[in-house]
Amino acid sequence: MSNRTTVIPFGPQHPVLPEPLHIKFVVEDETVVGAVPQLGFVHRGLESLVRLKDYNQMVFVVERICGICSCIHANCYCNTIEDMMGITAPPRAQFLRVIWSELHRIHSHMLWLGLFADAFGFESVFQQFWRIREHVMDICEATAGNRVILSVNVVGGVRRDLSPDQIRWMLGRLDELEKGMRELTRTMLDDYTVQERTRGIGYLSKEDARLLGAAGPTLRGSGWEIDERMHGYAAYKDLNFIPMVENDGDCYARSKVRFYEVLHSIELIREALNRLPESELTVKVTGNPEGEAIFRVEQPRGELFYYIRANGTKNLERMRVRTPTFANVPPLLHMLPGCKLPDVPVIVLSIDPCISCTER
Amino acid sequence: MYMLPNVLRNLSGKPATRLYPLEEREPFPAYRGVITNEIEKCIFCSSCARVCPTDAITVDAKAGKWNYDPFLCVYCSACVEKCPTKCLHQEPVHRKPSVSKFVVHRTGTPRVKKAKAEAKGGEGTEK
Repeated sequence: MSNRTTVIPFGPQHPVLPEPLHIKFVVEDETVVGAVPQLGFVHRGLESLVRLKDYNQMVFVVERICGICSCIHANCYCNTIEDMMGITAPPRAQFLRVIWSELHRIHSHMLWLGLFADAFGFESVFQQFWRIREHVMDICEATAGNRVILSVNVVGGVRRDLSPDQIRWMLGRLDELEKGMRELTRTMLDDYTVQERTRGIGYLSKEDARLLGAAGPTLRGSGWEIDERMHGYAAYKDLNFIPMVENDGDCYARSKVRFYEVLHSIELIREALNRLPESELTVKVTGNPEGEAIFRVEQPRGELFYYIRANGTKNLERMRVRTPTFANVPPLLHMLPGCKLPDVPVIVLSIDPCISCTER
Repeated sequence: MYMLPNVLRNLSGKPATRLYPLEEREPFPAYRGVITNEIEKCIFCSSCARVCPTDAITVDAKAGKWNYDPFLCVYCSACVEKCPTKCLHQEPVHRKPSVSKFVVHRTGTPRVKKAKAEAKGGEGTEK
């Protein structure tokens, strides 16, 4: 170590990142030359709870793995168990799952866009994003009964239905949300100051993104057209889904991907609401799951993977969750060396780290 | 600069937040809030206790006791949906904050004989 080298700790408590991620930065003057991560501050042992709770109670436990994409965790878990038991949720339930998943994607991305604006010091955009995000939160609360932990998925279908009145009201609120988003398009994507802070920062090349196993918007921001929704789980096969891809591979590209994903999610919800088929909400589930199954869904942050092994009793034998942030930490460590210290919060936030998800 | 019209509008308009304890929003009818038990209708079958993911409900069928810990409860409403007699209800208002933890004890008539239980009716106590 030369005299110019210092080690600066970042986190686990840091103003820009409420998530407990600790990174030791080796800096030379203002330039970061090395980054050593440390994880494990919020391990809660939720995976091992499968031995104590039965497989229906576990739906509510997996929702609490992540506070921001809870519905998608439950969706993936229920799909895994359904695959194992050889049942399929009814078509209306599949569409409702898509609607609630996309609502979660919107509110997660809007939360991120706000925090990202905060990271490069644009407070009024931050507040504005969170202000229009309330439309989504209200929709969640009015339809599912809670703002964040929706608890709508069960093994075999969903628990709540949407009435025609609710659908009409939802479409109105979505219009307002889209109007708010369109007003912010130029601020977020064309503003000179914003571009100065994000363009060319945290560059991840197309090859590196693939080699380091990036997932979600981090991968799509580097030019890969990979999205789990393309595989058509739940009702995505019936909807006109297009993955959002940008080729620049920097923080600006990643924010652009997320921004357009919000607008596309609004489209998907509208389409799903207009084409909501009439059917039962749940199918009857008898017996206990047995065997092994995996399932993959697209979370706001990327690919979410569930592995479940069951032995025919009401408790599962093993559950393994692989979350997108876990996949995005190696690309992050690749992006950091060479950057300036003031750019660190922008780069760290650009992968949208969700450490509670990663450590469970 | 693109943000300027927005900022001016927010500056002159009403705030997006409410003065919460003074001004409350009407709750959405579908909100999952406080759980209450109509103990007269309860048959102490323990279905709610079995589905509860946090073990917040305990039932003593012999003594006719239904205990519910609102501080363990995650308000998932699994018990409300499972209840065979529909005696569990969920109000669309959230639980008021309190300075100390407590458990709700409800005592009803245990299910000995159906006719006898109906004749006696329930006697609910809440702590």
